[in-house]
Amino acid sequence: MLILRCPNCGIDADETELAPGGEAHLRRVGPEASDDAFEGYLFHRENPRGVHFERWRHAAGCGKWFHAARCTQTLEVFGTYSAQVTDPPQDIRDAITARRPGWRWRDIE
Amino acid sequence: MTTRLARGGRLLNRGRALEFTFNGKRMTGYQGDTLASALLGAGQRLVGRSFKYHRPRGLVASGAEEPNALVNLGEGGTFEPNQRATTQELYDGLAAESQNHWPSLEFDVGVANNYVSRFLPAGFYYKTFINPRPAWKHLFEPFIRQSAGLGRAPKERDADVYEHFHVHVDCLVIGGGIAGLAAALKAAEAGREVLLIEQTAHWGGRAPVDGAVIDGAEADAWVKNTVETLEGMENVRIRTRCMGVGVYDHGYVLAYERLTDHDPHPDLPRHRLWKIRASEVITATGALERPLSFAGNDVPGVMLASAVRDYVVNWAVSPGDRTVVVTNNDDAYRTAIALKEAGLEVPAVIDARTAPEGPLVERVRALGVRVETGRAVAKVKGRAKVEGVAMTMQAGEGAVLEVIDCDAVAMSGGWSPVVHLWSHCGGKLVWDDAQAFFRPDPEKAPTGADGQPFVRVVGAANGAMTTADVLADAGADAQAAPEAAGPIEPVWIMPQGAGPELRSKMWLDYQNDVKVSDVQLAAREGYESVEHTKRYTTLGMATDQGKLSNINGLAVLSRSLNAEIPQVGTTTFRPPYTPISFGSIAGQARGDMFQPLRRTPMHAWHMANGAHWEPVGHWRRPYCYLQPAETVEEAVQREVKNTREAVGLLDASTLGKIVVKGPDAGRFLDMLYTNMMSTLKPGRCRYGLMCNENGFLMDDGVVARIDEDTFLCHTTTGGAEHVHAHMEEWLQTEWWDWQVYTANVTEHYAQIGVVGPHAREVLDLVGGMDVSKEAMAFMDWQDGELGGLPVRVFRISFSGELSYEIAVKAGYGRALWDMLAEAGREVGMMPYGTEALHILRAEKGFIMIGDETDGTVTPQDLCLDWAISKKKDDYIGKRGQARSHLTDPERWKLVGLETVDGSVLEDGAYAVAEGRNANGQRNVQGRVTSTYRSPTLGRGIAMGLIRRGPERMGEVVEFTRTDGTTTRAKIVQPVFFDPEGEKQNV
Ligand SMILES: [Zn+2]
Repeated sequence: MLILRCPNCGIDADETELAPGGEAHLRRVGPEASDDAFEGYLFHRENPRGVHFERWRHAAGCGKWFHAARCTQTLEVFGTYSAQVTDPPQDIRDAITARRPGWRWRDIE
Repeated sequence: MTTRLARGGRLLNRGRALEFTFNGKRMTGYQGDTLASALLGAGQRLVGRSFKYHRPRGLVASGAEEPNALVNLGEGGTFEPNQRATTQELYDGLAAESQNHWPSLEFDVGVANNYVSRFLPAGFYYKTFINPRPAWKHLFEPFIRQSAGLGRAPKERDADVYEHFHVHVDCLVIGGGIAGLAAALKAAEAGREVLLIEQTAHWGGRAPVDGAVIDGAEADAWVKNTVETLEGMENVRIRTRCMGVGVYDHGYVLAYERLTDHDPHPDLPRHRLWKIRASEVITATGALERPLSFAGNDVPGVMLASAVRDYVVNWAVSPGDRTVVVTNNDDAYRTAIALKEAGLEVPAVIDARTAPEGPLVERVRALGVRVETGRAVAKVKGRAKVEGVAMTMQAGEGAVLEVIDCDAVAMSGGWSPVVHLWSHCGGKLVWDDAQAFFRPDPEKAPTGADGQPFVRVVGAANGAMTTADVLADAGADAQAAPEAAGPIEPVWIMPQGAGPELRSKMWLDYQNDVKVSDVQLAAREGYESVEHTKRYTTLGMATDQGKLSNINGLAVLSRSLNAEIPQVGTTTFRPPYTPISFGSIAGQARGDMFQPLRRTPMHAWHMANGAHWEPVGHWRRPYCYLQPAETVEEAVQREVKNTREAVGLLDASTLGKIVVKGPDAGRFLDMLYTNMMSTLKPGRCRYGLMCNENGFLMDDGVVARIDEDTFLCHTTTGGAEHVHAHMEEWLQTEWWDWQVYTANVTEHYAQIGVVGPHAREVLDLVGGMDVSKEAMAFMDWQDGELGGLPVRVFRISFSGELSYEIAVKAGYGRALWDMLAEAGREVGMMPYGTEALHILRAEKGFIMIGDETDGTVTPQDLCLDWAISKKKDDYIGKRGQARSHLTDPERWKLVGLETVDGSVLEDGAYAVAEGRNANGQRNVQGRVTSTYRSPTLGRGIAMGLIRRGPERMGEVVEFTRTDGTTTRAKIVQPVFFDPEGEKQNV
């Protein structure tokens, strides 16, 4: 039962208030995409033991989406941030580096 | 024979006798008794039968770890099975029944299982499921079904009341023994907000029973003082009868408070589930004693040494006149002392160690008790009760040296810290070789959101096994004298060279009847993982979750595998610590409070006019309106006919209504729907299909363009919330630079359908708007006034009839409905419900989300290609629909189905094909998605998905029936009625 701070309304939201949205920073591909690219977009997901980036929605709160960076193994939360970015912002990356030097997720480090 | 001693009993109030019954027999106990102590005090040693072999079983323990003494408690609406006699406090009038026996506790035919036990080895279920098959069906299953089962399932609705508490606290201390009390006091003195909970009704845990001395006084005095101090502090809350159930992510903890189990009261909550968020959790959950594995260790009268001590000291119960103590450690000597001090006989202490020494051993010797060292129990004599023990050498194979007469055995195989709560959320364990137990690894604590440990373990739960160590570990200012104790010597089998005969009589898991020989067999059969062995043998899978058997079982396994215990590891500890009631989990969410009920503004009218309700999502909608002496089927048929021939009135308020607004609204809806919405003219409506990115149809509905920047999207009744969420997801996470706002206004408006040939007359009778063919064409909408109320009228149809849907602010809904109902009288109007709505749409071949779709169906499957724009570069689902499997011409596609004999196909029936599959089942080539008796056509009609269906018009296909026969039906166009649409075009 996680607690994540919603960056939109500032509330420390209990997991019961939140709806999970799966992996963060997926890049949508459209009708022009190859079968492989579309399969990757639709189905292939990271499943790390460690640093992970996720989408969450403050469903029973302000209704807004946000991103969370956390450790799937220890449940440590490195930070939450806007849903309106395509990559984790630098301050989030720095916070992770401070706790997990040498971390890597997809091609982000 | 167990009896009540004349004196003593630190928890008893002998001034208040309590009457209770066990298997209908009247017995007497005292206030302060548990059901277990009261049974023993009344001479009732036999308390149940084991699950598999139906062996007679007595009490083994005195607390939550008890595996045998499970009883049915109460009756009627308060009946509950599997209640632990050791944790049930006695009250006046308590009625308990033993379980797992047939026909009676004393005489049980299932005990025959005991004599065929060599045919019921580990993994019996798995082996027998396979071969021989007929034996399972005709022999094993009927026999096992009759004789197995823990307790009876309650038959009546739970009469009790339950509730939830939500609490935030700085420091939660779980366990009210001296460690928990000391830790709570320390935290409270530091000014922290503290909640201290204890699962029993008493503070102090084992220390007072074990004769601990704290700050020079008896432990009871220190406990009393400390509790009083804590009670007097404003920053402290303390609760007894409140158990820590589980520790979860980020400091979330469940606690289970038993408010009235000790004193039932019909008006007060019985249990309370605490949902706690704590900054820090301190677990002071103590330790549990382990049994020893010797032959006959399950005979009634063999108990844990600590339990014997508890019964003597706390409840003045004699476990027997002559108790032999069997041990591998010093602690059990306290039991010998307690028995002697109570005036009872201890014929011998049988110590597996060759040279035990230390103050406790010396004290027992000084009391004149015979101490046999390097010895073991070869076997317990007696079947339904202990009659003696055969003594042997621990180092040997079991040759009997001497038989010692006794009527009880107190055993101690050492202690295991209660590490459950620590482990629930990821805390790791380390094997302590010197003390022979797993204890929390302080380097690997459960961590919180900040990455720092949030659980701390103190006292015996942390491996501190003397009073002095416990107090020091809890950071107490109070002190106790250090104790010298001899080392424990791990004993996993007694005697160590015991052969198969003895090993098959050594119980590890009492409740599930798992023996040493079963675990060894599992190891021989290749089960090397402790998790697999657990499941194969069912070790630790009973309601006690292996509290007694876990360590002994894995030690036996590791021996069999020639591995060290830490390498084999332990099974995963999962919440709850002990079973909690379903009532407490549900809390007040039951009956009318189970979930919110959504009602339309016309709900009361429906109620007053014979509505037969149907739940649709959280809504209640009339399925039909029953007239006097009418069946549901008749009402539905009447409503359909009346709507087709005269006019019907429909409450459509539950339809989802979402406003989509902004300069990019059209562009957004073009992505959201498969067809083009941006070209829709203000004042016009368009039917739209919404897919997910996989390409599958998820919702449908009519979209009305209100003005250049504003659209009103109708969704299905159950779909409003998730369609709105779907829109928001794309807007917030993908196209956040688009200027679009959405609002779910479903409940802001009531919506009423006036449907049928006389629909226009009804609106004219109410008056206020020109709704003629010329003024309002099909798929037009207009704002206006009807009967003086501001309305928005949509000329849309889901029935093929002339039809108007009228939206009005929710507060005017009932007023408009009443006006329409009154005006409609003259032209024979009747209300109709959801089932008539379904039949009306099916007669016209309109699809229904959830009937024709199930999350794997595309619009193309439903032949809705006309509603898929060819002009758009992209929409959600377009790429998904281009996947090879979704473009396969062999896919099942929508057709109409007409039974040859006019009967009604069964819902969900499969169309059978030639041949059989690998499982011997008939191949299939399609299925029925909607099926009704059509009153309009006077026959059964259906829609279904059939392989290459549209290419097979006129072909007759067979459909399954639940009676094993088939029905023949012809593939036809799905539009059964008025294919040219003449009825709505008037
Ligand atoms: Zn929020």
